[in-house]
Amino acid sequence: MERPLTQYIISDTSVGDLKNYRKVGGYSSLQKVLKSMTPGEVTNIVKASNLLGRGGAGFPTGAKWSLVPMETVKSGPKYLVCNADEMEPGTFKDRYLLEGNPHQLIEGMIIAAYAIQAEKSYIFLRWAYKKAEKVLRKAIEEAYEAGYLGNNILGSGFNLDMHVHSSAGRYICGEETALLNSLEGKRALPRSKPPYPAINGLFGRPTVVNNVETLSWISHIVEKGAEWFKGLSLTGTGGTKLYGVSGKVNKPGTWELPLGITFRQLLEEHAGGMINGHKFRGALPGGASTDFIIEEHLDVQMDFKTVAAVGSRLGTGTMIVLDDKTCPVAFVHNVEKFFALESCGWCTPCREGLPWVEKMLSSIEEGTGKMEYLELLSFNAKYMGPGNTFCAHAPGAAEPLQSGLKYFHDDFVKHITDKKCPWR
Amino acid sequence: MLSVEEIKEIQKEIKQYPHPKVACIDALKIVQQHRTWVSDESVSDIAELLGMSDEEVDGIATFYSRIYRKPVGRNIILICDSVSCMIMGYESLSQYISKKLNIRFGETSSDGRFTLLPNSCLGDCDNAPVMMINNDHYDRLTVEKLDEILDRYK
Repeated sequence: MERPLTQYIISDTSVGDLKNYRKVGGYSSLQKVLKSMTPGEVTNIVKASNLLGRGGAGFPTGAKWSLVPMETVKSGPKYLVCNADEMEPGTFKDRYLLEGNPHQLIEGMIIAAYAIQAEKSYIFLRWAYKKAEKVLRKAIEEAYEAGYLGNNILGSGFNLDMHVHSSAGRYICGEETALLNSLEGKRALPRSKPPYPAINGLFGRPTVVNNVETLSWISHIVEKGAEWFKGLSLTGTGGTKLYGVSGKVNKPGTWELPLGITFRQLLEEHAGGMINGHKFRGALPGGASTDFIIEEHLDVQMDFKTVAAVGSRLGTGTMIVLDDKTCPVAFVHNVEKFFALESCGWCTPCREGLPWVEKMLSSIEEGTGKMEYLELLSFNAKYMGPGNTFCAHAPGAAEPLQSGLKYFHDDFVKHITDKKCPWR
Repeated sequence: MLSVEEIKEIQKEIKQYPHPKVACIDALKIVQQHRTWVSDESVSDIAELLGMSDEEVDGIATFYSRIYRKPVGRNIILICDSVSCMIMGYESLSQYISKKLNIRFGETSSDGRFTLLPNSCLGDCDNAPVMMINNDHYDRLTVEKLDEILDRYK
């Protein structure tokens, strides 16, 4: 089984420095690209690979790049931004790649920037990732010294600068247009779309925003080709995926596995099954903003389409397990409290709906909830859904709420009728 | 008034951007680095330096969780209260720290040694429960480990 993204991460710092990265073939893809490929050829190979964005939304990477205008007369710079603001609760996969193999990301970014002819690039980093920040800054410095960054890269005439921006901390910064506002020094409010960042992004210029795991693929796809990439997955979608598990399992962690393994395989073969005395009740498959799956879905393949077919989303692929010793109402309450706190306050369903939801869940958990709250919670989940809000924050918050109400209905009712939490 | 050093550091950031305003978050971080928090006076000073209104700077400062607009203690404890850490029992940790230091979330101990803050997700969910003190991560925490860890911070 191939593990292209993580095979050289043995301890946390195994390929961290340039010397080790070059020993395993690092930066040879960049040399190939700059010597023998046009920007259009790079985009085409990424398009042909069907690489879907690994930040959670699964948008085709090559298609995103193709939206960038490639006019030869320049009216200003274009930008490439790496979204490393991993703040989705339950998600910790990008940290592993950032700390373990920073040059893989940097090489991918340089190739991506070449494909869209960007001359400036930013890594928007989650504030809490202090170790990753140190590792990245050192790696960027090494890349400048070796001539992989800066002016006239490897004698090709292509120029690229790269900066790390450490966030001042806010979940909404992970939304790509909010991220761009934050990079511009503003409040991280999402922007209205269209225009999409590929046309009108950072400082009003064409900008591509890609996730860490997505960009870490680029050098491998360029080196080995689209067919190789497609062959890595079990479903034909393409690639491996960094999956993760947290909660009451024996071996919580993150693993690079072929895209399309089942929930059961991940849970039992890799995470070691449930801790003794704990039963599986459900899980959020890919971070807090995804719908619950339950036991009957355990044999579903963890791919974008297959998880969507059972009413949830693959999201970030890092799953949070709900066990029978944890109160499902407390679980949903915790998640909704997070979304309420992190709402940027821009549009009404999110700003007003989420605190209302949080209050009702809090009273149900405390044993003072009323039956009518259940309907009001569903009402809010519906009005926070897609199409009613500026960005995906409230629709994301609606997912664990609506599915939690559906699958754990009896537990919600019991809290209300017994006027207490059965788990306390 | 901003110190010569603070101004120098902020001006270095301004140089890399198309407009001084873009350096607002950097400027807030720089001032906080020097003074531990950002006072009303500092907000005005930054506004003047970047050609912005006080309100505009304050709007940005108060938006971000890691910019402190109130005085904080010498050390900042951030306890992750997100769902993976809840399942793994962060509540017993925060209760223990609260009781030991006699402060609730959002408060600073009377000796100015610690400020206790909740924080949603520190990206270390497979090692939950997790907390940070200043820039240091601590994972797989149990109540038994807390005394020794807190003792490291004076």
